[in-house]
Amino acid sequence: MSFLTISHLKKSFGATTVVHDFNLNIEKGEFISFLGPSGCGKTTVLRMVAGFETPTSGVISIGGKNVVNLKPNQRNIGMVFQAYALFPNMTVAQNVAFGLKVAKKPQAEIDATVHEMLSLIKLDHLAARYPYQLSGGQQQRVALARALATKPQVLLLDEPLSALDAKIRVSLREEIRAIQRKLGITTIFVTHDQEEALSISDRIVVMYEGNAEQVGAPFEIYNQPSSRFVASFVGTLNTLDAVVRDAASGIITVDGKDIAIDRTRLNGHKTGDKISLAVRPEAVSLGEATDKRETTLDGKINSVHFLGSVIRIRASLGENTVSFDTFNNPSAPPPAPGENVKVSLAAKDLLVLGH
Amino acid sequence: MPANERRRMSLDWLGVMPFIIFAVLFLIWPTIYLVAGAFQDNEGNLTLANIANLFQPSIMDAYWISIKISLASALLGAFIGFCIAAAITLGGLPAWIRSPLMTFSGVASNFAGVPLAFAFLATLGRTGLVTSFLFNVFGFNLYAHGFNLLSFWGLTITYLYFQIPLMILIITPALDGLKREWKEAALILGATGPQYWRMVAFPILWPALLGTILLLFANSFGAIATAYALTGSSLSIVPIVLFAQIRGDVLQDPHLGYALAFGMIVITGVSNAVYIWMRARSEKWLK
Amino acid sequence: MKTNRIWSWLALAFGIIYFVVPLLGTLEFSLRMRRGAYSLDAYWVILSDPRFQQTFTYSIVMAIVTIIIGIVLVVPTAYWVRLRLPSWRPVLEFITLLPLVIPAIVVVFGYIRLYNTASILPLTGSAMGTNILLAFGYTMLALPYMYRAVDTGLGSIDIRTLTEAAESLGASRVTIMAKIILPNVLVAVLSGAFLTFAIVIGEFTMAALLNRPAFGPFLQLIGANRAYEPAALAVIAFAITWICMGLIQVVTRFNKSLAATKR
Repeated sequence: MSFLTISHLKKSFGATTVVHDFNLNIEKGEFISFLGPSGCGKTTVLRMVAGFETPTSGVISIGGKNVVNLKPNQRNIGMVFQAYALFPNMTVAQNVAFGLKVAKKPQAEIDATVHEMLSLIKLDHLAARYPYQLSGGQQQRVALARALATKPQVLLLDEPLSALDAKIRVSLREEIRAIQRKLGITTIFVTHDQEEALSISDRIVVMYEGNAEQVGAPFEIYNQPSSRFVASFVGTLNTLDAVVRDAASGIITVDGKDIAIDRTRLNGHKTGDKISLAVRPEAVSLGEATDKRETTLDGKINSVHFLGSVIRIRASLGENTVSFDTFNNPSAPPPAPGENVKVSLAAKDLLVLGH
Repeated sequence: MPANERRRMSLDWLGVMPFIIFAVLFLIWPTIYLVAGAFQDNEGNLTLANIANLFQPSIMDAYWISIKISLASALLGAFIGFCIAAAITLGGLPAWIRSPLMTFSGVASNFAGVPLAFAFLATLGRTGLVTSFLFNVFGFNLYAHGFNLLSFWGLTITYLYFQIPLMILIITPALDGLKREWKEAALILGATGPQYWRMVAFPILWPALLGTILLLFANSFGAIATAYALTGSSLSIVPIVLFAQIRGDVLQDPHLGYALAFGMIVITGVSNAVYIWMRARSEKWLK
Repeated sequence: MKTNRIWSWLALAFGIIYFVVPLLGTLEFSLRMRRGAYSLDAYWVILSDPRFQQTFTYSIVMAIVTIIIGIVLVVPTAYWVRLRLPSWRPVLEFITLLPLVIPAIVVVFGYIRLYNTASILPLTGSAMGTNILLAFGYTMLALPYMYRAVDTGLGSIDIRTLTEAAESLGASRVTIMAKIILPNVLVAVLSGAFLTFAIVIGEFTMAALLNRPAFGPFLQLIGANRAYEPAALAVIAFAITWICMGLIQVVTRFNKSLAATKR
């Protein structure tokens, strides 16, 4: 029995439907990310869970209870906003205490909880400061403490890191995850940054144009993308054009070379069909194939970007362009643009893209 | 720093000199002259006698009436203006209403003066549209019930015509500044609408509110044309007393005129200073 | 949320009634001159009154003069301050706030005491001198609005880059001002100009105390002596102000669409 269930959730504004038939079961204590580009509906679903938008149809139940008809202030949910939304007229301590004060908790309890929360985010020393005196990262941590102070049953985070600097984003997301693990609170995290989602989620829901394209653990989403969109949105992807030479035995031709792949992966494509293949940059290596399961393709270097420990190479393989990385080798200088190279990849790493 | 740049810097201020000179000649110096005159007697000696003379009953009455009217029109104007501004920013009204309303407020806030007095005479005067309407349709005799346009309340109601739009113009940006997320954050933390207003919105707004009330107060205090056209000299507010004094030295003491002007400047000056201070405060918070 | 909306509509309705009814009342009153029937008699009387024509013309001329003085004074100064003396901006803003703080009656009182026949600038000694003084007074009254409009306009174009580009192409200061800056802030200047026009046309206090034959004192005189003509005058004054404001909107919108198409 899942803790947070969303069934057949739909939202339309007039004639436009922004969320189509969204379904999801979330276990207690799980950290779920909604990942997708702007306009995919991820924030709308979140806001429906919070109660700021009313679903056109569908059920949202928390702990077995349908909350769709409850007002936001009746749902016992915590929320962290992209713009921090700390109350500017109150100190840090007063902000964190707000939910408890509204719930008319005794002052002693409020003080104790505020202290506990501020220690959790390690900002106890800033309790008397005002929001305008804090940095973005500090404000967001206070916002987190404020949301958690009332011990909500669900925590919602709406792109909380988007307004912050890159470095803070990384450290803060880890901190959020650590706190979430410690408290065991069921959490939904909305983001458009796939690295964020991959690094801290238990499961990811990849969304596109109002639909949940794929739901799964980060490893699954990355290595077994179920659609072209998921494959291209999550991680970098090289696409290669190929032709099916023999559908029955699973032979496809890439750039004049035949590659044998598992024919079940051809998914109904027939001999002579043009298909798209995708391959992750890490599956492509510089140099001849060392293993008979690998195929060698001829290419020409377009550009080489020396990034320090990693060298990013873009090469043309016939009609296709492929981007891949290779590690810096102090004793072997990187190849130069214009050079002819050999590039190898394994058939099993080729993804046949659906539509 | 290189020599020519240094020279450039020291000559740059010449560029604003025409403006500064103009402002000094036609704004600052006349004012200072009056202020200085308020502290001098006929021989040019420094004295506080003029200021002391302000405290005679007729003049004190004038200040008192001015203050009462200004306060009444400021408070009422602020309240009504706030309600209307809140209605168009937060009240869920269609978005297309806002632009015409702001334009109208921009125009109406400058609508003081003689035409405004005429408009209200034509509406609430003894033979005015509304007065007649109330009598012909409801049998209600406005004037028999003690209302008179040429009175304290009549002037206050007339002043509202430019006070309310001024309030709308100034408070609408402040209301816009109330981020939607604050209300949402408050709600999700368990607060009701009224609680949000009491604990978050009003505390954030009160510097702007107070400041604007003072601005409205100062605005009303200095206004004369409307009052003059409406009540003639019958309602002795300070600007009218000053007007009569300038015209014909009715007070028989030019320096008292200076003192009157000085008193006006102090009141409007302090009000505006507090308004600016309040605005700076709220801007710091909302950074 | 629904009850919220009802209150909003009520507030708006109240506002609309309060603001529209006096306008209607004035209009209605102005049509009542002929006993028993609505007519434009009051308007004909007023428009054919030579004093109306004189004072109206006088005020229009004063308005134009004030606008010119305002532009010549404000635009170069605002430009200069933005470009070279940014630390002076607060000073300028303070000065432009002063006319809003110091009541007009105080200012004109100061003029009368300061620039009378006994002073070094005996402006009130002659009719032309007093006219000049009045024009300067009007400029002061309109200063906050003119400065704010022009400053905002300047803020929306990158004057530093424009100036440097022009200088590197060899343009003189005057050329830069006239050919580059002014055209780009024309809309802002026009807004300020229309606002100035509206302010000057209706102004009473300064004109009355300086005894000049302006439209404002004429309005007041008519109001004291006649019954229906004041209402007609008020309608005319309102119409002028509304036309000015309408022109500001038109000009602003035109500029926006022009800027959009340029992009």
